[in-house]
Amino acid sequence: MVSSSADSEARSYRNASPGLAFFLTATLSLVLMFVDHRGDYLGQIRTWLSAAIYPLQVAINLPAAGLHWMQDNLALRSTLIADNAALREQSLVQAAQLQRMAALRAENERFRALLDTRSRVADRMTVAEVLAVDMDPLRHRIVLNKGSPQGVYTGQVLLDANGVVGQIIRDQIYTSEAILITDPDHAVPVEVVRNGMRTIAVGTGDLDQLSLPFLTRNADVKAGDLLVTSGLGGRFPAGYPVGTITAVDGSEGDAFLEVTARPAANLDRLHEVLLVFSPEPEAGTATETESTPAAEAAK
Amino acid sequence: MRNARWPVWCLMLLALAAELLPLPAIAQPLRPAFTTMTLIYWTLMWPGRFGVFTAFVFGLLIDIAHGSLLGQHALTLSVVSYVVLRLHLQLRVFPVWQLTLAVFALVFIEAFLLLWIDGATGRATLGPQRWGPILAAAVFWPVLMAVMDRVRERLERRKSSFS
Repeated sequence: MVSSSADSEARSYRNASPGLAFFLTATLSLVLMFVDHRGDYLGQIRTWLSAAIYPLQVAINLPAAGLHWMQDNLALRSTLIADNAALREQSLVQAAQLQRMAALRAENERFRALLDTRSRVADRMTVAEVLAVDMDPLRHRIVLNKGSPQGVYTGQVLLDANGVVGQIIRDQIYTSEAILITDPDHAVPVEVVRNGMRTIAVGTGDLDQLSLPFLTRNADVKAGDLLVTSGLGGRFPAGYPVGTITAVDGSEGDAFLEVTARPAANLDRLHEVLLVFSPEPEAGTATETESTPAAEAAK
Repeated sequence: MRNARWPVWCLMLLALAAELLPLPAIAQPLRPAFTTMTLIYWTLMWPGRFGVFTAFVFGLLIDIAHGSLLGQHALTLSVVSYVVLRLHLQLRVFPVWQLTLAVFALVFIEAFLLLWIDGATGRATLGPQRWGPILAAAVFWPVLMAVMDRVRERLERRKSSFS
């Protein structure tokens, strides 16, 4: 019975030809791919389609969000009290550190005034949540729950409590898409804290590894060196930790060292990230052109 | 006389959701290409109603959800559904193990096309994330087919009781 009705379906279909439909969709997707690869002309279409997929993403995020809600709301009173005490203690320690910070900052401002350089503005930040949604397994991308109406813009830098996470590559209506610093397509200009040497840290496709391919054999680096953003290129604000060098090697004949580093941020356990607003909007337009060589260098 | 399509669209959306479900990094290469497999099944069984256009729409949705090049999955899924449409009369009479091999081949073709497009745009990477889902799809196909057969029987019985 059942199979016979399916067979009649197939029989009624036998005369139809999928060739035309295939031709149409194949042409359309080829055109879409070409245009999408050439530049950012399809931003609007992507924004609409991303709004269409948003309910699905929210639905997938629900279990994770529910778990967090339960952790927040069903916590024991004793746990809350312990947490509270720990946080209070932490806040006290950090306040004490900040006291020295104020004096240091004032001193720094004075030196900068003496050197006649522009003083640095404190960065404004906002918090965004990472949706528990997997993206392309071959790339390191994440989805955030804030979009362009909340002021998120393409090129905005992401941090977590320990260091640089990545940057926004698409700002959409409800969500935005970010690339992590470990994505093979990503590069971040860094400097070694110990001696101020500048180089570029490129993603490897491995969540706990960065590669520094542009260091010559005589470069002064060793395992354990801290890398911070250098601020060159204008996209990443200077001075945020990027990672620690884990290994330096390279055979005798090579011109460059093989240096790997471990990212400072907890990239495999991201739940909330900080979005940094760059201080001057006019610098934001300059970054567009300046940071391209760094990104190109990664390829 | 036609069956309602919405249950199948819901299944396709479920398959899409299964592809976006967060998995630990170690399990990610083992995630089968659910959307491709669901699409193959329904194109095979109800060729008049699910075909190239369905594939195109879901391909676009995957492209958006994955953040890949817009049109990449749309093209590869269109190719897969076209091949299934052309061969559906042969494929339908295959026993399960032969059909599993055919699905393996189809998913392989899809992965190869994706790799090809990635290579053309300078993003080719190889690794377990690329080939793991093909094996996973072949292993998972008999299970998926059994579940989908149940759903289809139900839908078709409902239809015949109406007519």
